[in-house]
Amino acid sequence: MLIKKKPDILSSEITDSRLYFGRRRFMREAATLALAASLPTRLLADKPGWLNNITPSDFSTGEQPNSYSDITTYNNYYEFGTGKDQPQHEAKDFNPWPWTLKISGEAEKTGTYNLEDILAGRAMEERIYRLRCVEAWSMVIPWVGFPLGELLKEFLPTSRAKFVEFVTLNDPSRMPGQKARVLEWPYREGLRIDEAMHPLTILATGLYGEALPNQNGAPLRLVIPWKYGFKSIKAITEIRFRETAPNNSWRKSAPGEYGFYANVNPEVDHPRWSQARERRIGAGIFTPKQDTLMFNGYADQVASLYAGMDLRRNF
Amino acid sequence: MWLKPVNTLLLRRRLIKPLVFALCCLPFAGLALGAFGMAGFSLGANPVEMLLHSCGKWGLNLLLITLCVTPLAHFSGWRALFAYRRMLGLFAFFYACLHLTIYLVLDQSLLWSAVIEDVLERPYITLGFSAWLMLLPLALTSTKGMIRRLGQRWIQLHRLIYPASILVAWHFYWQVKQDVREPLYYVAALALLLGWRLYRQRVRAREPLIYS
Repeated sequence: MLIKKKPDILSSEITDSRLYFGRRRFMREAATLALAASLPTRLLADKPGWLNNITPSDFSTGEQPNSYSDITTYNNYYEFGTGKDQPQHEAKDFNPWPWTLKISGEAEKTGTYNLEDILAGRAMEERIYRLRCVEAWSMVIPWVGFPLGELLKEFLPTSRAKFVEFVTLNDPSRMPGQKARVLEWPYREGLRIDEAMHPLTILATGLYGEALPNQNGAPLRLVIPWKYGFKSIKAITEIRFRETAPNNSWRKSAPGEYGFYANVNPEVDHPRWSQARERRIGAGIFTPKQDTLMFNGYADQVASLYAGMDLRRNF
Repeated sequence: MWLKPVNTLLLRRRLIKPLVFALCCLPFAGLALGAFGMAGFSLGANPVEMLLHSCGKWGLNLLLITLCVTPLAHFSGWRALFAYRRMLGLFAFFYACLHLTIYLVLDQSLLWSAVIEDVLERPYITLGFSAWLMLLPLALTSTKGMIRRLGQRWIQLHRLIYPASILVAWHFYWQVKQDVREPLYYVAALALLLGWRLYRQRVRAREPLIYS
């Protein structure tokens, strides 16, 4: 049972930390906007329509979200470079639109869809989730998105659909990091169908009430808050319903270090480092690491998915 | 007008040495400015990681620079370079100590049980810590008095820089999650520097290297 107080206001309705901490930039942008508004033609693109009606969610944590700057400058997104400060620069010119999403495999409705059509009119929620990276750091992120399960059901998966596989865009001309074979491209991830259908699992299209920045996986990324961050695949171009378990990119590259499940678990260490504690980004230089929680603190909601399983073997 | 003859020894002592010293301090200065958010310097979203990794990498950079002195002096015949070798080596140790201190104080918050577990169970940390232990006696015996007192044994002792630098490069390689390109560049540079010494030792055993 969930005992959580519904937050009264969206974090995006409070003075945005990005604006709060970036007053000069805000002033500059406000001036630019005023100028743009005075021009006969609209030069600035509108916020996508589906982000105009965002409701808060019971699943949000009450913890203080990280700043917009932390969330958008410290990214593991190897398609745009293996350094965490690289994606913000390397993804600057990436234009995600138009975007198509291919639905394939064990479902009655398959085909290639325009993402704008999929998102138009869809109810969006703000989900403030903890994100725990396998590298033992964490953030709190106010995503905007919708339950993955809700979308999957629209394609009428058959009884053979036991797993769901996700594929990132494969285009080295637009994703310069793919020119180096540090991982096998395209990036792939997978979930068991019950994990995919779980109400905590979302597809995110926004951050802090606005369109998802490129470095965070625009235009569409997965967010599974109880699993290590690498499961939350970015820039998804294909979703495939499968009868057999898909392999995932990190597991393919180092099967002894990264598993299929990748559930956050303080008791099962990575072979090269401890997973017992984590550094909360933005907490300050002298703040000690904090204890990592089982299933990243979402045990009440998801532990039953893994009842009876040996989590040390199924890491 | 009389032109004063250039006193190279004075030039070295008064100008070049302080200049090399200042250059070696630059990474530290950059990190210090970043820690206080001054002069446009920043440590990014994860300042502890930035400090830890930068100091570690500068320790390794300076170890390799120190190892460059002998071959450079050999090929250029410019023996004056040896005057800077000790300072370079000590700066390598300085950054190694900062790296270790940041790990202990900022990363582990002096939680000794976690530190001991790391040193014993995580091979890359075992390697890094062993390397620091090897560099420690080198720093302690770097004074003129110790060099004189230890004589031939000083030379033998200071060959510890070879295994220490191998351990440091290995420590870096094992720490990296996936993209090992950068540590491999270091491994290649180190292989070149140590390989040249082996070659000298094997093929031209009669011409001993100049040690200071």
